[in-house]
Amino acid sequence: MATPLTARIRSDGVAVDLASYEASGGYQGLRAALAMGSAGVREAVTQAKLRGRGGAGFNTGLKWSFVPIEDGAQHYVVANADEKEPGTMKDRLLMEGDPHSLIEGLAITALAIKASVGFIFLRREYSKCALALERALGEARAKGYLGEAILGSDFSLEIHLHLSAGRYMCGEETGLLNALEGKRATPRSKPPFPQVSGLWGKPTIVNNVETLVNVPVILRDGSEAFKALSLTGDGGTKLYGVSGRVRNPGVWELPLGTSAREIMERAGGMAEGLSLRGFIPGGASTDFLGGDKLDVKMDFDSVAQAGSRLGTGTMVVLDDRTCPVGMVLSLERFFARESCGWCTPCREGLPWVVRCLEALESGSGEMGDIETLEELSRRLSPGSTFCAFAPGAVEPLQSALKLFRSDFEDHVRKGACPWK
Amino acid sequence: MLSASERERIERAIAVAGDRRSAVSEVLMVVQEARGWVSDQSLADVAEALAMSADEVEGVATFFELVFRRSVGKHVILVCDSVSCWITGYEALLGQLRSRLGIGPGETTADGMFTILPAGCLGACDKAPAMMVDEELFVGVGSEELDRILKWVRDGRHGDAPHR
Repeated sequence: MATPLTARIRSDGVAVDLASYEASGGYQGLRAALAMGSAGVREAVTQAKLRGRGGAGFNTGLKWSFVPIEDGAQHYVVANADEKEPGTMKDRLLMEGDPHSLIEGLAITALAIKASVGFIFLRREYSKCALALERALGEARAKGYLGEAILGSDFSLEIHLHLSAGRYMCGEETGLLNALEGKRATPRSKPPFPQVSGLWGKPTIVNNVETLVNVPVILRDGSEAFKALSLTGDGGTKLYGVSGRVRNPGVWELPLGTSAREIMERAGGMAEGLSLRGFIPGGASTDFLGGDKLDVKMDFDSVAQAGSRLGTGTMVVLDDRTCPVGMVLSLERFFARESCGWCTPCREGLPWVVRCLEALESGSGEMGDIETLEELSRRLSPGSTFCAFAPGAVEPLQSALKLFRSDFEDHVRKGACPWK
Repeated sequence: MLSASERERIERAIAVAGDRRSAVSEVLMVVQEARGWVSDQSLADVAEALAMSADEVEGVATFFELVFRRSVGKHVILVCDSVSCWITGYEALLGQLRSRLGIGPGETTADGMFTILPAGCLGACDKAPAMMVDEELFVGVGSEELDRILKWVRDGRHGDAPHR
């Protein structure tokens, strides 16, 4: 099985250096892109049907096409390396193990949208990634893959590494751009979209790390080969993960569209003596699926049809000895704490959600709290808040209220958490 | 007042960021690395260095979780309390920290050695439970590992880090 994103990554945790990267096809994608030119690269990526791996799943080539390529203005490319979606540990693996693949992906993206400045927006907690990227940037500059007149062409690019001081909201692309400009990372209204008016008001593309490392694969192997990596109509492989109480938690690169069951098999199944009650398929802000949904194919459309979202593709598993109310409380505490406070429903609603869940979990809750949680799920749904943060936050809540209803009610009836 | 070395690092941060304002979070971290935290005076100094108002700098400083506006211990322990760690042993880990150090999240030991802070997902979900001590990540932290880690930090980080 082809694993173009992770094949180079060493098991000893040492980042792949430039010589090893080049020896295994590294920077061949950039060379192909330089030969092809800006329009050709955009066409190739659009044909490859690469969809964004940060959670939203938007077609990458289409996203790039909104940039006014020939307006002569400064354009920017930004790698969103602010991975903080609870349950998600995939971009860390890529950056720690193979930092040049991100640099090459950013360079090709910059060529495609005619940008000459790029940023890697990395969360500061990822200190090992920062070291690997600093070193790789230095190697790439020294060898002429970055800087002026790259590989003798008329394409120039400088990439800066920005270490963020920490906030989940920076993963939202307009919040990220505000943070890069030295402001609070509150969201901006859209439109205008960043592709037209982004960093300092200039056309900007923000792509997730995993999205960007797919780009060199497309350029090196071709759009058709890239599509053939997938089991679905969308192209490429996917980094899938499993965490929670399973035998062998981890991250694996598999064809896009691999079933949740096969991914769980990689994780060795549930830990001794436990059975599966449900899972969130792609990070904290995705709806729970029941344990009977393991045959769902983990691609954007199939997971949506099953009633959730692929999100980041990293599953968190609920076993039969963990309290579902406690799990949802953990998720919602995260979101309430991370809410940027910009719009009222999110700022006020999420702490309210937490208070209801705390009451239920501590045994002082009433049936009315469950109704209040349902009401809040509706009031924080898409369209009622400024950005996608709160609607994402209530996805696991609204689905848990349906799937694990009796667990919520038991907390009220027993006046205590039955799991403690 | 900012030291000469802080000023030098601030100028470098501004050069990388492209303009003065864009460097603000990095500059706050420069000051914090030198002084442990960002006092009101440091905040005013940063504002002056970046030609921003103190209110603007405060807005940024209070937004970001790794900028400390109160004094912290010599070492900051970030304990991940997000979902995968919560399922696999966050509460046990926090309990062990409480019993070893006598403090909980948001508190500092009397000797000023450690501060515990809650942390959102540290991106080590497959190796949970996870925590960081300063810039170092520790995963799969059980009771024995915790003792080794705390001793290693207390002893000045000699030798290889235990159980990373």
